[in-house]
Amino acid sequence: MSKKITIEPLTRVEGHGKVTVHLDDNNNVTQTRLHIVEFRGFERFIQGRPYWEAPVLVQRLCGICPVSHHLAAAKAMDVIVGAGTGDGLTPVAEKMRRLMHYGQVFQSHVLHFFHLVSPDLLFGINANPTIRNIIGVAMEHKDLAVQGVMMRKFGQEIIKATAGKKIHGTGAIPGGINKNLSIEERDHFLKGKDPLNVDKMIEWSLGAIEFFKNYQSKNSELIDNMAAFPSNHLSLVRKDGAMDLYHGVIRAVDANGKKILHDVDPQDYLDYIGEEVKSWTYMKFPFLTEYGKDKGWYRVGPLARLNTVDFIPSPLAQKEFEIYKAYTKGKPNNMSMHTHWARLIEVLHSAEMMKKLLNDPDLQNDNLETKGNKVYEGIGLLEAPRGTLFHHYRINDQDLIEMANLIVSTTNNNTPMNKAVEMVAKEQMNGHTIITEPMMNAVEVAIRAYDPCLSCATHALGKMPLEISLYNRNNQLIDRKRK
Amino acid sequence: MADIINFTIDGKECVAEKGTLILQAAQENDIYIPTLCNYEGVKPQGSCRICTIKTNGQFVTACTTPVADGMEIENNTEEINDLRKSIIELLFVEGNHFCPACEMSGDCELQALAYRFQMMVPRFTFQFPKREIDARNPKILMDSNRCIRCKRCIRAIKDEKERSIFAFHGRGRNIEVHIDPDLGSKLTDELAERSVTICPVGAILPREKGFRTPIGQRKFDHEPIGSEYKY
Repeated sequence: MSKKITIEPLTRVEGHGKVTVHLDDNNNVTQTRLHIVEFRGFERFIQGRPYWEAPVLVQRLCGICPVSHHLAAAKAMDVIVGAGTGDGLTPVAEKMRRLMHYGQVFQSHVLHFFHLVSPDLLFGINANPTIRNIIGVAMEHKDLAVQGVMMRKFGQEIIKATAGKKIHGTGAIPGGINKNLSIEERDHFLKGKDPLNVDKMIEWSLGAIEFFKNYQSKNSELIDNMAAFPSNHLSLVRKDGAMDLYHGVIRAVDANGKKILHDVDPQDYLDYIGEEVKSWTYMKFPFLTEYGKDKGWYRVGPLARLNTVDFIPSPLAQKEFEIYKAYTKGKPNNMSMHTHWARLIEVLHSAEMMKKLLNDPDLQNDNLETKGNKVYEGIGLLEAPRGTLFHHYRINDQDLIEMANLIVSTTNNNTPMNKAVEMVAKEQMNGHTIITEPMMNAVEVAIRAYDPCLSCATHALGKMPLEISLYNRNNQLIDRKRK
Repeated sequence: MADIINFTIDGKECVAEKGTLILQAAQENDIYIPTLCNYEGVKPQGSCRICTIKTNGQFVTACTTPVADGMEIENNTEEINDLRKSIIELLFVEGNHFCPACEMSGDCELQALAYRFQMMVPRFTFQFPKREIDARNPKILMDSNRCIRCKRCIRAIKDEKERSIFAFHGRGRNIEVHIDPDLGSKLTDELAERSVTICPVGAILPREKGFRTPIGQRKFDHEPIGSEYKY
């Protein structure tokens, strides 16, 4: 008798979602789907608003990485006000935005690793869920929990100093920034009392990488094999191939490292990327148009970025990057769970970049804004914590937005997350009639590796508990577990 | 020498010149009475009712009522403040006030009053009116979603022949402030800036200047509205 299992809602990810698993008469998995069940429609209700509102309004998509949306929209508006496509801002404006962005990547990655993922690593994915959570981490591994909280605080303070508020600030304006960094603010981060200074952040970032490497070496079978599958990888890279989370050209490589998208201008993204709509989810399925829907899907985010870039332009992160690359002998890393490793290297890179920027005297300049000849369409891309983020706007001759298209990081990872769910569901559930909590958590662990922000992906907001239901082929409920 | 009269506000002994409006008399005695439609230098009209006080058992608007000798005024009382709060709530539910993306957030008097009077969730049903932005004028945008019909702009922004550049259009709940197409097309930079300044909310917006003031430097970022008065 065929059955359908529903995991709803998912836990320890951002937003609402559910997973359905269909089993045949022999209890073998025949189909899996990650459904995103929330909808908000920012692309529609931004229409008719003045273009300079977009960076502030659209960031309300999310409370975890609003800075990404704030900056991507601001970059698109830079184009509209004639401030160029990434190279036209004044030094202080670009560097303040970069500092804001690195603060944001730092805090978002830290939140994910310490708060959402560490319970799985510290207690094991089969552990009792009443312990396998952030409270359990705080009770059993206090030092690690404190590090997580303080590192996130540091990133949030950087955002406040650059955007005015920790969440949903207003720093970036079309063509620039509305404030510089005072000496007092700078010194707060450079010379702050332990642990809230940038050197401590670098030290703790290195510690987190060591923690993960140790864990991986002891659990390599799990970490290397769980939801590992070949895929294309896409991200922005700096023109010289370096990692650049704020600006660059679009590069994609295949599972073997062959370039399949050759460093194209983000303004031309529509020539290379399409989106497919499916009836069972609000999240679209992007793909490289040249390779079609079936072969053109790709991964974004830390794993993808470390596969596309040639090097990382900060010394400590570069050293860790070399160790990371050596593990796969220089070939692309297709192991989903290694995303955590890649993410922590980016945490270190962000900390190093924050230190470099904080020491840059350009941040105290007053020349905050640039303007040129206005155009009516603007595209802004950046590497958000979860991957490449696309913002595209068109305005009318009265300065009102008439079209917006957002392709959010998690949307780019839609097909890969569905693949990961399918692999883990088959591995965990084939042949089983009773669904256990560890089976459910294993599916979530695979999804969690992508740090999905399902709120952003459908331009919605929310939290995510988990429920699994077991249906027979007549769609009758046989078993349901909720947590 | 002007006649000096004595009166009390919430029991506090006050003095003022005879004929002074209660609002002004309170301010001269360092006492805060909230205002919204009132604007210094513009003839008061008492339309928003936020400055309502109580004297001799009657509710009157402080911006239009002269103080009288021996008058006993109730101002900062639970009853009156709840009345004021309900007016603020009504203004919020009547329009579309989406503070998170409004460029006047932090400088908006309506928002500041909502904070001062600790409005949480309005007691009234949101109306969600469907209104469009009028962006035809080359210098300013009119966002009726946020307009509270205080008429400050209509009363204060006039051309050299004393003709109002702004006017009401429509009736009842559909009334909106519009810019006179002819006079509006000749709006000077100075008048455009003054019309933005005089609007207590974000209904009159400067073109391409939003969000230039960093958070922390906006008018009401640190002190509630009315903090310049001791009482």
